[in-house]
Amino acid sequence: MMEITEIEEEAALDNIKSGERIDDRDLKEFRDIEVVTGVAKKAEGSAKVVLGDTKVIVGVKFGLGEPFPDTPDEGMLMVNAELGPMASPDFESGPPGKDATELARVIDRGLRECEAIPLEELCIEEGEKVWKVMVDIHVLDHDGNLMDASALGAIKALKEAEMPGYEDGEVLRDEGEDFEVLKTPIACTIGKVDDKYIVDPGLVEEEVVDGMVTVTWTEEELCSLQKRGNGGFQKEELLEIFELAKEKSSELRKFI
Amino acid sequence: MSEDKELLKDGKRIDGRAKDELRDMEAEAGILKRADGSGYFRMGGTEVIASVFGPRELHPKHKQKPQRGIIQCRYNLAPFSVDDRKRPGPSRRGKEIGKVAEGALSSIVFLEEFPTATIDVYMEVISADAGTRCVALNAGAIALADAGIPMKGLISSCAAGKIEDTPVLDLKGEEDKDGQVDLPIAMNIETGEITLLQMDGMTDIDEMDKMLDLAIDGCEKVAEKQREALMETFGDKK
Amino acid sequence: MGKKLVEDKSNVLPGDVIAEGDILSGRGTYKENGKVKSKVLGVARTKKNRMRVIPLSGGYIPQEGDNVIGKISGIGPSHWWVELDSPYDGYLSLAEGSDEFIDLDETELSDVYDIGDMIYTEVIKVTSEKDVKLSMQDRICKKLTGGRIIRISPSKVPRLIGKGGSMVEMIKDRTDSRIIIGQNGIVWVNGGDEDLAVEAVKTVDERGHERGLTDKVEKILDKR
Repeated sequence: MMEITEIEEEAALDNIKSGERIDDRDLKEFRDIEVVTGVAKKAEGSAKVVLGDTKVIVGVKFGLGEPFPDTPDEGMLMVNAELGPMASPDFESGPPGKDATELARVIDRGLRECEAIPLEELCIEEGEKVWKVMVDIHVLDHDGNLMDASALGAIKALKEAEMPGYEDGEVLRDEGEDFEVLKTPIACTIGKVDDKYIVDPGLVEEEVVDGMVTVTWTEEELCSLQKRGNGGFQKEELLEIFELAKEKSSELRKFI
Repeated sequence: MSEDKELLKDGKRIDGRAKDELRDMEAEAGILKRADGSGYFRMGGTEVIASVFGPRELHPKHKQKPQRGIIQCRYNLAPFSVDDRKRPGPSRRGKEIGKVAEGALSSIVFLEEFPTATIDVYMEVISADAGTRCVALNAGAIALADAGIPMKGLISSCAAGKIEDTPVLDLKGEEDKDGQVDLPIAMNIETGEITLLQMDGMTDIDEMDKMLDLAIDGCEKVAEKQREALMETFGDKK
Repeated sequence: MGKKLVEDKSNVLPGDVIAEGDILSGRGTYKENGKVKSKVLGVARTKKNRMRVIPLSGGYIPQEGDNVIGKISGIGPSHWWVELDSPYDGYLSLAEGSDEFIDLDETELSDVYDIGDMIYTEVIKVTSEKDVKLSMQDRICKKLTGGRIIRISPSKVPRLIGKGGSMVEMIKDRTDSRIIIGQNGIVWVNGGDEDLAVEAVKTVDERGHERGLTDKVEKILDKR
């Protein structure tokens, strides 16, 4: 398949500059969103998020492991993202590249910083054995804004997850109890073109914006920021973006 | 956050700095021979050497952009730069920092002058004591200028944060570990354009406003240091 | 009326404002919000109504009309690829390859220029996508054999040439060497006191931005 052409890029840019979008959305409007849970039967929790034509599946698995030496009495949270070759002609097989790594780490920080997962309650035996919560993000179709879709999928899958039982060093996957999630961090990516801001940038829009910021809000607090792509922002612009992201993230929060 | 340690006492920090004070800095340009440009930056106990190669041909060819060049950054912690030896090679953290560094530097370089080409920026952390990505960018910006790359200006970087509910500038060691917020930024001080922005921790918009102001002031001081280092290269090349 | 904000020959950094108002922005500078700023680390030069900045370092980007020294790096069915110490390789077609007719039935391209050969050539066209077309048609273009190759910073080439060729003529004169300078910073020295000529060229590269360069080079040449 051909890469994005200049004609498409110019069209996307011209649209935003005149206050419109190539897919007829308002500047501050998300594409259609659909969130389905229980899509992976083997996973302890899973969610599929469809954001326009972007599709991701997030699966949560629990396992046992040795704690990190500096946190002997805490469970472990691991977030991994795969941008496999099926999701875009631009993706290749192999170890995660910079894009996948950034995606996973931004979502990891969103969950970790607000302490959404009570890691200290996931300790089985201090210094020896703790629960590992493994969040795997699988991108099926990349049509832009993987960040917001994946973050939404991750928190949804965690909230849906059932924690397996434990006895004598064994994981009992047939026994389950509700898994406690304390906060609901929601990532919202805002793009900028001149003095215009857009919500939920699509694939072509991501290429043409001056810059993007992924802002993660819990119900009350700002817990993670990541400026992405080239370009820069004035301080005043950033403060506006944080505010806009807070407002828009409440729309995504409805799906949790 | 740990309760047993006091990070702020009578308005001073554990190393005696004021809330809005950077660690001591050192900078140098043109320290390597084979690279097209190079730079060194130290901030307290964090030291980075950066080198620039290019503009040069970009491989593989499918990564080439017909209208403009690209910047590729590699950020790497030397195995001996941390307390417990780090396994050599790029980590997940390193990959991410490489990516945000590319985003931070690309907007100031006249990339349209080098269609299809690449400018490679290698940033090696020699000694790590918090703020490595900021120090790496400071060294990288010096290296870019030293390489004669056409740029709109310099990029200067430092971090603000929050300890014991108080916004402070340039967290180090224990402050970073036990701090509540870490907010690294990079910017061009002439235009006020912020080209790197990351934040972890719990905060709100008012506090962000204050921390950004602190970090912006810090970047101005970094820029002065970078400037001194680059100005010295005029007399240095004997 | 514009206003120059720095003295002639001031050292400047990327982003430094060097003039404002109605002043032209020359090489090494850019204009933003009515201000002329430097885009490289270098020395600002003011000339009438135009500002330029001569870079202290930097790579070579081919420009039409440049004479450069390159190395044959590949041979195609009817062309050569030429490495120019630049992100962009040069393309030398059969038709531009010589001022004489080359009959492919009788000669192989590698008989004319083989991989590894050094040539002094002219950049005749650079497209917006940086396809670089070369030509050997001009009489001064030729294959370079023997001698020594020195790489200097392309930004120092103007100093090595000197005003009206004064610097290179002085070195040639005093060493009896033949010297050919590529705009891409590759210099060919052949014959005479090659060692001394090489030393003089390197001095220009290393101290080219300092004052009193001619005296310093003369001092080296006096060694003979």
